[in-house]
Amino acid sequence: MKSLTNRREPRRRNRKVIVAKLNDVVIKIATVNGTGSASANGLIMKSLFRMGIPVVGKNYFPSNIQGLPTWYEIRVTGDDYQCRSDRVDVMVAMNAQTYARDLAEVIPGGWFIYDSTWPRNTQLSRDDITILGIPLSRMCNEHFDGARARILMKNIAYVGALAAFLDINLDTITALLEETFADKKNLIASNMEAIRLGFDYANENFVCPLPSKVAAMDGTKGHIIIDGNTAAGLGCLYAGATVGAWYPITPSTSLMDAFRAFCGKYRVDPETGKRTYCIIQAEDELAAIGMVLGASWNGARSFTSTSGPGISLMSEFLGYAYYAEIPAVLFNVQRCGPSTGMPTRTQQSDIISCAYASHGDTKHVLLFPADPGECFTMAQTAFDLAERLQTPVMVLSDLDIGMNDWMVPEFEFDETKIPDRGKVLSAEELEEMESFHRYLDVDGDGIPYRSLPGIHPKGSYFTRGSGHTKYGAYTEESSEYKDVVDRLLLKWETARSIVPEPEIEFSKFNKAAILSFGSSHGACQEARDRLAAQNIALNYCRVKSFPISASVKEFIEQHDVVYVVEQNRDAQFRALLMLDCDADPSTLVSLLHYDGMPLNAGFVVRKVLEEIAKGQAA
Amino acid sequence: MSYISKPKIQHPNAPRNKLGLTSRDYEGAVSTLCAGCGHDSVTAAIVQSVYDLNIEPHMLAKMSGIGCSSKTPAYFASQSHGFNSVHGRMPSVTTGANAANRTLTYIGVSGDGDSLSIGAGQFVHAIRRNLNMCYIIENNGVYGLTKGQFSASADIGSKPKKGLPNQQEPIDPVSMALSLGCTYIARSFSGDKEQLVPLIKGALMHQGFALVDVISPCVTFNDHEGSTKSYAHTRKHYHNVVNADFIAPAEEIKTAYDEGSAMSVELHGGSKIVLRKVDKDYDPTSRASSFQYLRDRFNAGEIITGLLYIDEARNEMHDLMGNVDTPLSQLPLETLNPGNQELKKILSGYR
Repeated sequence: MKSLTNRREPRRRNRKVIVAKLNDVVIKIATVNGTGSASANGLIMKSLFRMGIPVVGKNYFPSNIQGLPTWYEIRVTGDDYQCRSDRVDVMVAMNAQTYARDLAEVIPGGWFIYDSTWPRNTQLSRDDITILGIPLSRMCNEHFDGARARILMKNIAYVGALAAFLDINLDTITALLEETFADKKNLIASNMEAIRLGFDYANENFVCPLPSKVAAMDGTKGHIIIDGNTAAGLGCLYAGATVGAWYPITPSTSLMDAFRAFCGKYRVDPETGKRTYCIIQAEDELAAIGMVLGASWNGARSFTSTSGPGISLMSEFLGYAYYAEIPAVLFNVQRCGPSTGMPTRTQQSDIISCAYASHGDTKHVLLFPADPGECFTMAQTAFDLAERLQTPVMVLSDLDIGMNDWMVPEFEFDETKIPDRGKVLSAEELEEMESFHRYLDVDGDGIPYRSLPGIHPKGSYFTRGSGHTKYGAYTEESSEYKDVVDRLLLKWETARSIVPEPEIEFSKFNKAAILSFGSSHGACQEARDRLAAQNIALNYCRVKSFPISASVKEFIEQHDVVYVVEQNRDAQFRALLMLDCDADPSTLVSLLHYDGMPLNAGFVVRKVLEEIAKGQAA
Repeated sequence: MSYISKPKIQHPNAPRNKLGLTSRDYEGAVSTLCAGCGHDSVTAAIVQSVYDLNIEPHMLAKMSGIGCSSKTPAYFASQSHGFNSVHGRMPSVTTGANAANRTLTYIGVSGDGDSLSIGAGQFVHAIRRNLNMCYIIENNGVYGLTKGQFSASADIGSKPKKGLPNQQEPIDPVSMALSLGCTYIARSFSGDKEQLVPLIKGALMHQGFALVDVISPCVTFNDHEGSTKSYAHTRKHYHNVVNADFIAPAEEIKTAYDEGSAMSVELHGGSKIVLRKVDKDYDPTSRASSFQYLRDRFNAGEIITGLLYIDEARNEMHDLMGNVDTPLSQLPLETLNPGNQELKKILSGYR
């Protein structure tokens, strides 16, 4: 990182520590929800991105519509890391309710921007940071009419101030505003006016830019900024999903919203105006999954999006689908449990409840996307696997991936790849068969053939969750029952061989490793870099699916210690490693983060160092 | 047990329908229900209905939940796909199945436990969506498979085999459906096949949610003295207020109907249903007056049967949504994704 310590300091500065970094700044904006701050924050984020600077955006919002504290954190990361930071350099304190805690969060040498329209409580002060007061409310009250406009413009005004403090290109901001309000030209002028207010005030009263600032670079080419739920909705469109059944639940709602929006554009017959998709808002999650099963049984690509509480409700049907062998795709955008938990906070804590959802001997195929890019691709993989394996497939995203804006490489869709519809018999095939038996393992891979209703009378069978023979008939005979459940185990092994393989970074010189999955990936990668700088080199394995690939077991066996990083209290993934691939528990050391905030690299580094110290002490 | 299939011996002179099939072709496995169970009579009525309607077996889908009633789809139409789902969830499975393929005929068989307790929520919402299906409730007032507990349709004062009479208000699926705007509501009795068959036929041909509530006595747990769902009690108290004659497409109306009491309603595909009102004051197209009539007669201890309400004008689920006529499940996947070029266009909005 380039040092900029020779820069002039702001006039009011009188501090010992000097923070001066280029394209390595963390800005946190504290506002009240429902005041339109999201668009202001998005404007900053996108402007930085368009300047070619990699960014990470995290929204910490309450389970509420209006009036409670909310924060948006923008990490400017010239090194292109994919996780939140564990520090705040610049705080924009727009919410009096959280003033004290926001002030405390700034790192020594950092900056604290506040609305100086009203006098600041002198007790709320710190000597080791720079306080930058801007009369945002006063300026906006003078320039704009109407209470709502004044509140909205106050938020846009801090964008202007930040542009001055951090050296964000004003032309980039203008261009973005012009695109955003292409249909509402009058809003461009007022927004620009508000930006000017903040920008000019900062320039006139302080030395701008601050020592820590941004500069255009070439780090975002070929990338987009998108959230995981939108990406998953788009993935479902491209996978050819036609039936979506769901019940609204945070943080998964925007997934079906996105699918609906894309379908509205691409799935309406231009001549007749009729739809080639069917989205049903169910009465509850019990019904949502029932609809998915009905549609999949009938041959449509069908899915639901939900979160942990929804999975609990869907569990009965998931066991049915496992046993009756019906494809289904579920997106579980995980949130903080148990019970209602913290609906707007993130966790990876539905691992066990999804892997073994429902009573009896059941287990389900899971996919773990690490970012929105994988939400797009894994949506398609999920449908292929569900139809190939004739079983539910759950994509375990989380609030961090699903609802935050991530900078990821632009998606590609491979038009040459033929979707896998699995073993579905055609009318001709049925006609030629002597007789059709639904649950017969003809190919020896544990996957039987299925027939769809409405195709041929010879394909008829009775789908049931009760004990059945390999021919599909009801049974209470031990051996006939065992035939089928043992064959399902064989199918599980087939699944193991076709689910996405892990991402492994291996050097035979390292005897220790980190193992992670899903949204923990970015923090683990950054932690490995930081640890490597301290001469602690760790191998890496990112698991992408359950059942767990044989290569993961092999990876674990090659190490003395594997730090299993996960975002839950009970080391659920570690349990899966032991249950599904018989991993040696003494090798698996858990690093558990479960406070509801997205994982950061600092946590992983600290915990690894603690574990090493423990080992040395012993 | 239901895995015992019936011998497939066809009588050479057995009558055949327009598809060349005999009624045996619409039968299923041997019933495992108790001898004399009302449900078996309903099964027989279904067999006759689908045979008469010339429904291609593979174009019929049999849906059910859990309970004695829900076992019955195994006992008819063995050449049709069946989906014996989980308790109270048949409506949602049928909703999804219908969403995927609107060209099949869906017949759901449920019971009073399956529809009025655990599945009340789904039953209500399938009606609200006007899901195109024939929904039969085999209503006997008890839980048979768990040996005789009262269900939510048990009448006040009805006596169980053991224990105290029921004191809670019964849930009446017919009044419930009326209040929800169900578009075809019928009630019948398993012991009156002549009345039941045309009601099922009409329900199968109706475009929208068709409820047929069938009082179907449980011979083992609820057919004793003091029960209000017994054969004897039902025979004594049931009154047919609207007879329904089902007229197949191109078939002529041969019966001479009384002026003023007969009403013909055209169903999907050209068939008709002729309503013959026994009580001239009854109006099966008025929700409000039907409701009042049913409540008054219920309070008088009568079981009112017949085609109690019909509304052919309202759109079924797919038409309410504006969906294509082709089954969604039959749209080729390659026509459903907009391609890589379009993806690039979409993603340009995320920069």
